[in-house]
Amino acid sequence: MATIYVDNKPYEVKPDQSLLSACLGLGLNLPYFCWHPALGSVGACRQCAVKQFKDENDTGGRLVMACMTPVADKVRIAIEDPETVEFRAGVIEGLMQSHPHDCPVCDEGGECHLQDMTVMTGHIYRRYEYTKRTFHNQYLGPFVNHEMNRCIQCYRCVRYYREYAGGSDLNSFLMRNQVFFGRSQDGVLENEFAGNLVEICPTGVFTDKTLKQHYTRKWDLQMAPSICVHCGLGCNTTAGERYETLRRIVNRYHGDVNGYFLCDRGRFGYEFVNHKERIRQPLLRKNGNQETITAEQAREHLKSLVAAGNKVIGLGSPRASLESNFALRTVVGPDRFFTGVAEADARLASLILEVLRKGPACTPSLTEMEMADAVFVLGEDVTNTAPRMALALRQSVRQAPMEIARKKGIAGWQDDAVREAVQEEKGPLYIATPNSTRLDGIATETFRATPEDIARLGFAVANAIDSVAPRPPNLPADVSNLAARIAQSLQGAKRPLVVSGPGCRSEAVIQAAANVATALAKSNPEVALSFAAPECNTMGLAMMGGAPLEAAFQAVRDGNADTVIVLENDLYRRAGSKQVDELLKNAKHVVALDSLPNSTTELAELVIPAGSFAEADGTFVNNEGRAQRFFQVFVPQDSILGSWRWLAGVGPGDTSNWKNLDDLLNAMAQSVPGFKRVPEAAPEAGFRMAGAKVPREPHRYSGRTAMLANINVSEPKPPEDPDSPLSFTMEGNPNEPPSALIPFFWAPGWNSIQATNKFQSEIAGPLKGGNPGVRLFEKAGGSAPSYFAAAPEGFHPKQGAWLAVPLYHIFGSEELSNWAPAVRELIPQPYVSLNAEEATGLGVVEGQMLQVGVNGSQFQLPLKVAKELPKGVVGLPVGLPDFKEWPMPAWVNLSRAI
Amino acid sequence: MLSLLRTFWEILQHTFRPRVTVQYPDEKPYLAPRWRGRIILSRDPDGGERCVACYLCAVACPVDCIALQATEDPQGRRYPEFFRINFSRCIFCGLCEDACPTYAIQLTPDFEMAEYKRQNLVYEKEQLLIDGPGKYPDYNFWRVAGVQIGGKNKGESEREDPPTDVHSNLP
Repeated sequence: MATIYVDNKPYEVKPDQSLLSACLGLGLNLPYFCWHPALGSVGACRQCAVKQFKDENDTGGRLVMACMTPVADKVRIAIEDPETVEFRAGVIEGLMQSHPHDCPVCDEGGECHLQDMTVMTGHIYRRYEYTKRTFHNQYLGPFVNHEMNRCIQCYRCVRYYREYAGGSDLNSFLMRNQVFFGRSQDGVLENEFAGNLVEICPTGVFTDKTLKQHYTRKWDLQMAPSICVHCGLGCNTTAGERYETLRRIVNRYHGDVNGYFLCDRGRFGYEFVNHKERIRQPLLRKNGNQETITAEQAREHLKSLVAAGNKVIGLGSPRASLESNFALRTVVGPDRFFTGVAEADARLASLILEVLRKGPACTPSLTEMEMADAVFVLGEDVTNTAPRMALALRQSVRQAPMEIARKKGIAGWQDDAVREAVQEEKGPLYIATPNSTRLDGIATETFRATPEDIARLGFAVANAIDSVAPRPPNLPADVSNLAARIAQSLQGAKRPLVVSGPGCRSEAVIQAAANVATALAKSNPEVALSFAAPECNTMGLAMMGGAPLEAAFQAVRDGNADTVIVLENDLYRRAGSKQVDELLKNAKHVVALDSLPNSTTELAELVIPAGSFAEADGTFVNNEGRAQRFFQVFVPQDSILGSWRWLAGVGPGDTSNWKNLDDLLNAMAQSVPGFKRVPEAAPEAGFRMAGAKVPREPHRYSGRTAMLANINVSEPKPPEDPDSPLSFTMEGNPNEPPSALIPFFWAPGWNSIQATNKFQSEIAGPLKGGNPGVRLFEKAGGSAPSYFAAAPEGFHPKQGAWLAVPLYHIFGSEELSNWAPAVRELIPQPYVSLNAEEATGLGVVEGQMLQVGVNGSQFQLPLKVAKELPKGVVGLPVGLPDFKEWPMPAWVNLSRAI
Repeated sequence: MLSLLRTFWEILQHTFRPRVTVQYPDEKPYLAPRWRGRIILSRDPDGGERCVACYLCAVACPVDCIALQATEDPQGRRYPEFFRINFSRCIFCGLCEDACPTYAIQLTPDFEMAEYKRQNLVYEKEQLLIDGPGKYPDYNFWRVAGVQIGGKNKGESEREDPPTDVHSNLP
């Protein structure tokens, strides 16, 4: 620790950071623009000027930029010195010269870093009387709005976009006061993390275009801490509501998981909550038609169905909360609860769980993944299946070259100097996937093969590291050489990381990844092994357990079940249509709880409107086994309720004593051993801060007495929340709540998201009181690590048949975000992918129709040439709306469509 | 006895004095132009709606009686989709007028708003929007703002240079 003196007061701070970050960490107000905790310092904006003194006798001092000056023991600085105060006000006056008179119509207004900093520096009166420079704006796609006049040239956007997120299509152009930030021409921003520009930009140049459709100021949003539902990484989000529609998602800082950034699917996929087709009232099938009934009738009907026979089964879902799954499991009984996931997928999930629990490698958080200095990706296209992980991997390739800067004595936060020293040097990243990925550009080497061959490469790497590990038979020389190179890189690293996942739908790939990690762990206990999880609660459901969907099919076929309760699950996305048709038609009664209509709800007898993440409380377990609570954002007027609320009290399983969420959580902690710590994920409902709840609405929330006055001039009583310590009003304790309950980041003088600084125990460190959520399993030590033995045979192309492998899309492969209009614009049309050589062999060119035959059914799909797809393999997109693919990998035949 | 007579005398005197009571509503009182009465939404000199739905009046309102929702026309001009004032809550403090950056919301010298039903005191935009500029005849926010709207391109606002040519390399 170093002692620094700020305005003659001593403070203890950590060395190895800049003075700016030290001051902000101490809670001092020092304005800045170009600095960002995740991007480091470049000293471009001159806004964080402070005066540095030689010693206590020095009265003159000299101006330095706090962001460029390292913390050292006995450093004396002054923030409040009149000369520096004037300097900072002068800088902002210059920045504001051409800033337009836009605040009233600017989406950033009220949460604008530029506004905050202007107020902080005391610049209040405009002296510049000449003309302002202007720009034309660009169309940047459905997510981000561009208003270039507002730019203050801090360069944070291009630094983030190009250097942090690895994008190439956003750049700075021109010079002096005309520097322009945009694309070379109008077009959709290509990077999957472009949405973060909204938060990176200190003013309103880049704003959220989806928010613009239903614009609301930050102070008018009713907000709650939430967890992203669009993949299994469990990024923390803040969801905001107004007038019963979800208005936007912003990042909620979590020191271990998402840090400062989200992916675009997570940020802009939320609009499914507002979709006009949402199921808002219960539906009951009468004379073949589904008719609206009241919530009371629905509950009675559900009760009668559950009570009538004891042949009720429940199908859970990996996109429903732990609570909802557990409620269903309790209602129908553990032995009649099925996971609602096809056996193949369930096996993959339980294999991943087994590998993570057994160890010896630990599963890292995303922040830990960013620190890895050698990465081996096996079979997972993380950009499209668990996007935020790709952003973490992009940071990991900077770790090994960081050594170059360290040797030159350059601190890691000196961003520009580090990049000068490192140049284009990249750390080892090996990617083995069936098709090209968006991370290939930063990869050391890529390997394109079928899932079997990818697994064989993994087994070979494990074998090259530790000769005890099983060696795949008949390995070609080039693959075994590649394996040796990968092994060498991983062995040379301090914190090697192996990444895999269920994306290839191959157990062998996961086993191979486990073997590599096991082999590495023998010599390096720091090795990390991470698996992507496709859905928000894939891990939680796997931990809860239950028989797979196929067993449910069998149960109905055998007559052991006549009533099926389907929980937030479109079975047609899980298994073949024939089997699901059979299940839904043979079952006498089908109850579907869901938020949006799908093929399953269409065939149900009773459809119950389930709350989405915004209308219910719950817990998700992310890919690293971290249980994280999300809180209800608003109370809808119609019958929408969290699934577990619908199921509580319908019997025959004992749910009668569940008065609130805590009762359910405690029951779950008792009956499922792995979930013992789940209730600790957030404070219980009875938690109070100085006797008061935590308000979901900011203290400036407006319109309380007019919002509903058109319906009735007498204001209704605000809804109560029996399930959490948060209130649905602006009343409550406005002070900083425990980290799991932070409804929004705001601090006096810091209206923008940059207020995050005030909630961290140190800059870019954990939130005060520790990051929220609990890890449900840590690696088990003790038992001797063992290898998976069975390396698969190599892939042999068949004459006249192709192996279909799944290809994922960040926009298109996830069920819920597909309903969001902005995401929908970027979803590709269904296609079939083939490499160029084989396409020529079939006599087709890009865009021409191909006849795809599988299991006797035929489809016509346009060809999309994939340069890197291996021979004998076709790629088919997964999960696209209105396109039903079949279980993959599978053999298909192809011909030119006539 | 004396006090009784004095009382009669006082009352008799009043018969010949001028009346203090104003015969409202037949007789209207004088209200200063700055009187803070019924709130209206004005239009700019070009006849367009002045309100840009910035929500500042709503947040300034101490009784939270203003609710609105912003929307935009296809050309980018922002305006309130609905604008509601619950006058049964309004305390006519004028903070909304102070907060308004476009002079859209103004308090007028009119207080005759009594209703038998409280519900009728909820005014929507149709009741609030007047046809003129009110107290500020000249101001037009859109002539100053940097955003582009229908009829005004980039660089056409007051004190603006023409838009930078991004494809030019001249200094």
